[in-house]
Amino acid sequence: MSYERTDDIPGADGGDGRQEPAPIEPEAIRILTDPNSWLSGGTAGSSSTSTETRAYSDDFRLSEGSRVAVIGGGPAGSLFAQFLLKTLNRTGTSIELDIFEPRNFDFCGPAGCNHCGGVVSESLVQLLAAEGIVLPDETVQRGIDSYVMHMDVGSVRIDTPLQEKRIAAVYRGHGPKNSEISNIPGFDQHLLQRATRLGANLRPQMVTSVDFTTGRPELTLADGRSENYDLLVIASGLNSALLSMVEQTGCGFVRPKAAKSFVAEFKLGADAVERHLGNSMHVFLLDLPHLQFAALIPKGDYVTLVMLGDKVDEALVNAFLNAEEVRKCFPERRPPPNICQCFPRLNVSQARRPYADRLIFIGDSGVARLYKDGIGSAYRTAKAAANCVSLYGFSSSDLEKHYWPACRKIIIDNLMGKCVFGVCHLIQKLAFARRSVLRMTEQEQNDANVVPRMSSVLWDVFTGSAPYKEVFLRTLHPVFIARLMWNLCAANLRIPTGKKPEVTAT
Amino acid sequence: MIGELGRVYHDGEDIVTEGEVGDCMFIIQHGTADVIRNEEGEATVVDTMESGELFGEMAIVENTVRSSTVRARGTVRAITIDRKTFMRRIQEDPSLAISVLEVLCHRVRNLDNTIAHLKHQLDMLSGGNS
Repeated sequence: MSYERTDDIPGADGGDGRQEPAPIEPEAIRILTDPNSWLSGGTAGSSSTSTETRAYSDDFRLSEGSRVAVIGGGPAGSLFAQFLLKTLNRTGTSIELDIFEPRNFDFCGPAGCNHCGGVVSESLVQLLAAEGIVLPDETVQRGIDSYVMHMDVGSVRIDTPLQEKRIAAVYRGHGPKNSEISNIPGFDQHLLQRATRLGANLRPQMVTSVDFTTGRPELTLADGRSENYDLLVIASGLNSALLSMVEQTGCGFVRPKAAKSFVAEFKLGADAVERHLGNSMHVFLLDLPHLQFAALIPKGDYVTLVMLGDKVDEALVNAFLNAEEVRKCFPERRPPPNICQCFPRLNVSQARRPYADRLIFIGDSGVARLYKDGIGSAYRTAKAAANCVSLYGFSSSDLEKHYWPACRKIIIDNLMGKCVFGVCHLIQKLAFARRSVLRMTEQEQNDANVVPRMSSVLWDVFTGSAPYKEVFLRTLHPVFIARLMWNLCAANLRIPTGKKPEVTAT
Repeated sequence: MIGELGRVYHDGEDIVTEGEVGDCMFIIQHGTADVIRNEEGEATVVDTMESGELFGEMAIVENTVRSSTVRARGTVRAITIDRKTFMRRIQEDPSLAISVLEVLCHRVRNLDNTIAHLKHQLDMLSGGNS
């Protein structure tokens, strides 16, 4: 007897030889996905009882043979395709879904990479697993079980509460430039393969323009051919020229504002990575101008450096790599020349109106979480968009009711995130604050009887696992504030903690 | 070993224990585990689970104790899904529950098959004895 899931295989019968049960009625799924529909008289969202509204809305619904185009085969596009096809499979609706992705994720280096640090957060690993998307061992370059926070006043290790590797360090492509050729699928390739197994068509073609003059999206491809679709989903990230094109169509969309970040790969060899960084992500709170956050992420033979800030340039990168706290993470205290680097852009604000009739922006093209967990934002917006399209429709009003709330939630949480990162920035600037944070965290990590309030706040800020609002509210707890105040005094008056720190303190 | 998520359980180690209060469910990343039920002091293996399978969801949904022991057969690596993370996300996106419902549906279907098979065997035995 087996409980194995069969959601990879459309129409699978569970392995017991029985016929697939009758498809679930869309209304039944809609009630499951929108509990409030019970309260509002049995119909939800755009399913108005008005005949006129229903007739209009039906035109904006997927039916047998509908055509959907997804531009971008990164996590947002692939996850959208998977969620949409799975839900439609349950309702017995067959559509044609094309994913346009000219990039080949089997290539090493920039040609096959989506330019990102490649960390799948703790909460996202769990949610993907609950969705039936288990990351295979060959895709995970290293399981992360702890963070080490480095400051000029010392370093402290923060362990995951369950002593379990629940954060995945992955390659978005096929590994750094000139890395060994292998058959290991990167994270993006793994998700894209799942989408194609569910029935999505991978179209390795560049979309050069989008036109809405006929009322339906018409895509022009690099070879000059044009194709019409019922719905267009843009998941092309921040760097796509398509975003500017759509801005000019007058649909109200304005692309998100972006800032430059820095990602680089250093080859150390697996033994050196294990010895110097282990299974920990190393984060740095250093008092360097314009630096918001920096981290070293161990992955197999390589270490990935990620730097975020309001003005990341080569001078800042050099200043960071020359900092003593960074140098001690490398063999012989000397970072080797990096073998692959890029200055990708990341969202620092959200898109305005990331939807219109027959058009949705998901992932970084629309709304993303501030600084952290971009893949998690891709998951959330892709899921919300797929649910809206499959169960309600894709008119502007459908999307406003059932897609936009998920985006709005991220936007509101980002406001809290600005406060959280503002406080982090203050800690970076103030040595006495850094000493108190270090002392409080050390105490918590070395004494199992102390509730790890500071550790949990830092953990969730670094991992991006919890909403910023929740992290912020935790810092307002009276016990947190009282202990922070005590440690502020004790750390700066050099009162010993009574227990030897587990990692290092200078 | 480096590219692995989850926690490692060694041969014979209990991943969950019958009667314990549970606050998470599990996905097997790698390996095989036996589902063991104690009836009148006698342990019976009622099922076997492989990579990619989910278990322990009943304790999350019902907030009750574990109904069976799950024991590693060989080395097993499993990842946990917290009740809090799961329930909070279900509040935001109830369709996530459908994934767990699918697992439960398969399980009920498999149990139906097992019951039918055992009843058939019982009938055969009864017929043979009469």
